[in-house]
Amino acid sequence: MPYTADKPPLPESSEQLRQRIPGWGVDLDPRDRPSVPREHFDPGVTGAHWDFPQRQPERWARERLIEHAVLTPVFGTSCPPKGLSGLLRRVAYARFSEARAAHWLILLGADRVDTLESALASVLTLTPDNPIAETGVRSEFSHQGIASRRGRRRADLTHHLLDPVLVAGPWVAVVGAVAYVGVKGFRAVAGPARRNS
Amino acid sequence: MRAMVYRGPYRMRVEEKDIPAIEHPNDAIVRVSLAAICGSDLHLYHGMMPDTRVGMTFGHEFIGVVEQVGPSVQNLTPGDRVMVPFNIYCGSCFFCARGLYSNCHNVNPNATAVGGIYGYSHTCGGYDGGQAEFVRVPFADVGLTIIPDWMDDEDAVMLTDALATGYFGAQLGDIAEGDVVVVFGAGPVGLFAARSAWLMGAGRVIVIDHLEYRLHKAREFAHAETYNFTAYDDIVVQMKKITDHLGADVAIDAVGAEADGNLLQHVTSATLKLQGGSPVALNWAIDAVRKGGTISVMGAYGPMFSAVKFGDAMNKGLTLRMNQCPVKRQWPRLFEHIRNGHLKPSDIVTHRIPLEHIAEGYHIFSAKLDGCIKPLIVANAA
Repeated sequence: MPYTADKPPLPESSEQLRQRIPGWGVDLDPRDRPSVPREHFDPGVTGAHWDFPQRQPERWARERLIEHAVLTPVFGTSCPPKGLSGLLRRVAYARFSEARAAHWLILLGADRVDTLESALASVLTLTPDNPIAETGVRSEFSHQGIASRRGRRRADLTHHLLDPVLVAGPWVAVVGAVAYVGVKGFRAVAGPARRNS
Repeated sequence: MRAMVYRGPYRMRVEEKDIPAIEHPNDAIVRVSLAAICGSDLHLYHGMMPDTRVGMTFGHEFIGVVEQVGPSVQNLTPGDRVMVPFNIYCGSCFFCARGLYSNCHNVNPNATAVGGIYGYSHTCGGYDGGQAEFVRVPFADVGLTIIPDWMDDEDAVMLTDALATGYFGAQLGDIAEGDVVVVFGAGPVGLFAARSAWLMGAGRVIVIDHLEYRLHKAREFAHAETYNFTAYDDIVVQMKKITDHLGADVAIDAVGAEADGNLLQHVTSATLKLQGGSPVALNWAIDAVRKGGTISVMGAYGPMFSAVKFGDAMNKGLTLRMNQCPVKRQWPRLFEHIRNGHLKPSDIVTHRIPLEHIAEGYHIFSAKLDGCIKPLIVANAA
């Protein structure tokens, strides 16, 4: 009990644990633990044969956080910024440090815009998005979707119902709005024509 | 080449992409033989990580064969069978020189708070990842390591993140002989952290989760006592009861941003993205550990703020330790543990999924179907 000085006894002694668990205590000495101490100055062990790395060519104006004094010598080149989402990303990097919520909220907003832009663009390609296949939801039928949940005390079941609504909801709303505007537009054009005939 | 491509939250597909090119003299191109989906990949998949762009290829746990090397690469040649730490790092900056490889300052122009990670959004540098047939690996002389002949592929791929991170998490707990260690989360990192706690001399290892099949694995693989938090009104009170009301000496958060157990926290973080993550497990850790105890945070959180109970942490005099794991620093010792039979990391692998079916793999892992603990992705070019 914490109300007295002694530590509560353990159910098994160290000797019993050593017998039962393979490798028990082999890293008991902190000197055997590779991240002790956490910082250990030894630049010779990393394999680097440079003081400062040669610079990777910058093939487009690479976005850079304003907290960096210079563009890092190496960087990823996946998915250059494009469209409205790209504009938002450039603003987030050029204006706000990572200490500012605005930086992250603009980037998250850009991600949603990117998703919409990309979905619309895919319609014009030979490989449009297939929302069913892309969610992998067919595995519900091949990998025990019901049995994995039924009768289990799983804390995540409450939002398993909520998540698809929140994910698919905006898409359904956009499709509904486009259909509504389309029908209205068609009636606006076709209606007078029919009345005039 | 064929590669996984992100299409938006909860959506991905496999597409043809160009084989990556050498962009820096110390780059290598690796033909991927085996990759894995990490629990933290689910944060990207669920749209939680800012600057995750449509078209990006995920995957920071992978091994393969060197296909091509840049002109300054000295230590590798095409054909070498290699493992790749999830950290991208230069080996020469202020932080790398001190062993903080996960905090490298020369590889990520998009952030200073985090280093470079393969396939983990532009917030982590904008590098495509290894859930593909080929991947660009910067600083090949620094990160890449030839896989020992005696090590099999599945053990090797576990070393690229999950095992190294779990082992590192136990080290950050500063475990002393006889310590009571409680691990929140029985996913891959939690299982490895629990197993590693014994190596460091823990006297008792307790694992908490809500998935019975994972708790079963924790008992079998990690020799741990287990508790399903859904069976108790308040798991913190239960932790106090089983530790004679003292609390654990060390707590390890191996859950991170998508912790369940509090619907409000989940909705405000995972669903509405108003927090960097749902800190349910971290808050339980703060309240379940004893005064003066240590918390090791291995769970990944987004860069936004999260509703963490710092008041309790301060009043209890806790030590909070955390970092992304500097993977390669762990490898020599972990190689010994595997070779000596103290660890068999591939024992936690449950699913082996062809790259072409990766969307199903993500859904199975995300929805915790079919007893999934650790899914591997088998690349077509393997």
